[in-house]
Amino acid sequence: MSVVFEKTQLLTDKPFHYCPGCNHGIIHRLVAESIDELVKEGKLEAGNVIGVAPVGCSVFAYDYFNCDMFEAAHGRAPAVATGIKRAKPNTLVFTYQGDGEKIVTIFVNNAIYGMTGGQMAPTTLVGQKTTTSPYGRKEEWCGAPIKMSEMLAEVPGAYFIQRCAVNNTPNIIKTKAAIKKAMQYQLEGKGFCMIEVLSTCPTNWGLNPVEAMKWLEENMIPYYPLGVKKDKGADAK
Amino acid sequence: MALTLMKGSEAIAEAAIRAGARFFFGYPITPQTEIPEYMSARMPEIGGCFLQAESEVAAINMVYGAAGTGERVITSSSSPGVSLKQEGISYIASAKLPCVILNVMRGGPGLGSIQASQGDYFQATKGGGNGDYHLLTYAPASIQEAIDIMMFAFDKAEKYRVPVLFLADGIIAQMMEPVEMPEMVDFKVDPEKKPWAATGWKPGDDPAKRAVINSLYIETEALSVHNESLQATYREIEKNEVMWENYKTDDAEFVITAFGTVSRVVKSAVDELRAEGVKVGLFRPISVWPFPSDALRETAVRDQVKAVLDVEVNEGQMLERRDQAEDPRNEGGYVNVCRI
Repeated sequence: MSVVFEKTQLLTDKPFHYCPGCNHGIIHRLVAESIDELVKEGKLEAGNVIGVAPVGCSVFAYDYFNCDMFEAAHGRAPAVATGIKRAKPNTLVFTYQGDGEKIVTIFVNNAIYGMTGGQMAPTTLVGQKTTTSPYGRKEEWCGAPIKMSEMLAEVPGAYFIQRCAVNNTPNIIKTKAAIKKAMQYQLEGKGFCMIEVLSTCPTNWGLNPVEAMKWLEENMIPYYPLGVKKDKGADAK
Repeated sequence: MALTLMKGSEAIAEAAIRAGARFFFGYPITPQTEIPEYMSARMPEIGGCFLQAESEVAAINMVYGAAGTGERVITSSSSPGVSLKQEGISYIASAKLPCVILNVMRGGPGLGSIQASQGDYFQATKGGGNGDYHLLTYAPASIQEAIDIMMFAFDKAEKYRVPVLFLADGIIAQMMEPVEMPEMVDFKVDPEKKPWAATGWKPGDDPAKRAVINSLYIETEALSVHNESLQATYREIEKNEVMWENYKTDDAEFVITAFGTVSRVVKSAVDELRAEGVKVGLFRPISVWPFPSDALRETAVRDQVKAVLDVEVNEGQMLERRDQAEDPRNEGGYVNVCRI
């Protein structure tokens, strides 16, 4: 019997703690597989990768990614990654979360603060109910949801920005290609890369996994359009 | 060795480089801006890294990142900026990352002034960020002393895996003094000596050696074990690293306590009073955490001592007011602590 599929070595054997239907598991795998493939393709030396975990449900990412890992304070992962990249300039440095260095940020946008039980996030959609917007987010009171990818695409140092989703197989394949492209850009010494991945949070949205995916497609994707927001590499060609 | 006339901020920065610091992350603030300025010119000369962060918060988190790879990392700021760094310092202390942090104190609270002050003593020695942690904290009284301490600060930070804090003040950074600058230390990260550092683990390597630079212990038992190990380190530091100076205290009837640059004014006063026949001496903590409590007790709680005068450029943080209420002859109580 030949092996047709194996779990990537870049993930540990520790079972994910994520809720059923949550997209973190898929996105973790895409990140880990991308690193693995870069190693196998000879573009990255094994062990030459350091990840930075955020605060949020993926705070334990250091237990899952099978490489040297840092756990950063809330919102500080890019700064921590900057410190690491300066000290280890030839290392692939990535942050898993959501400016300013030759690092790769995987920004998981689930329109809510999941870990703390479903509060309003800067990305919460107008009208969306959370525990701190019980009547639905009102734009005149809370402002409009932030479109991180479009915002950061305007930053001169940003090199490659793409918004993806993992709601179906074609999109999962596209997401992985984007993550891998961002990592390759970093290894080539280009600028800051961010892959925003729209993700479900069934538990805090109060939906089952199937309903959550449908909600993402019907509400999130129209407001957060998928696609490449900036690609200096493609522009150069 | 020849003496060179140097400005405090530049001498401290150069000493850090000679002690092996190759990474500086900081943000400008008076009265320490000459430190990042000096580093910005000097670091590239020696293949080091100077990076002006977008804020003090970012700078201290860059320290967290770079220190986690085992490199010698330093940051510098002044009081309001150091307050901003406290979150990161707490994380660094918990993650047991060695590094050096400079606080060139200015007046507070709030934005305060840009004049020298010692108002951050509480913050430096009794916490600052959240949680039960301490920083090995030195209060140099001269530029030379700051240089000398810097030459072993990284070694201490690495030995105990704690951040080392310099509690300096605006005077020391802004004045010029003749100093002796030691030779460059040849520092390279030795992965054998720093098995905790993130230096490139890969699948197939010893799983126990995968670096996880972290301060999160969600299981209470695990956090308890972690805190006990931190506390055990602090007890070791208290045992080994106390530093102080006694100046003419042997026969003193009056003991003046002071730390940092103000102690030099006190020293002059001691000499002048001695010339008038007053038996007075100076007790000066050099490490303010750990505090030389035993040495102070031995100096101050003696029959011959009539009074202890505490001189600080603050409202009396080192010898707090509560000491005054204690029976002057009970254990640990000082005689008639007065403040100037």
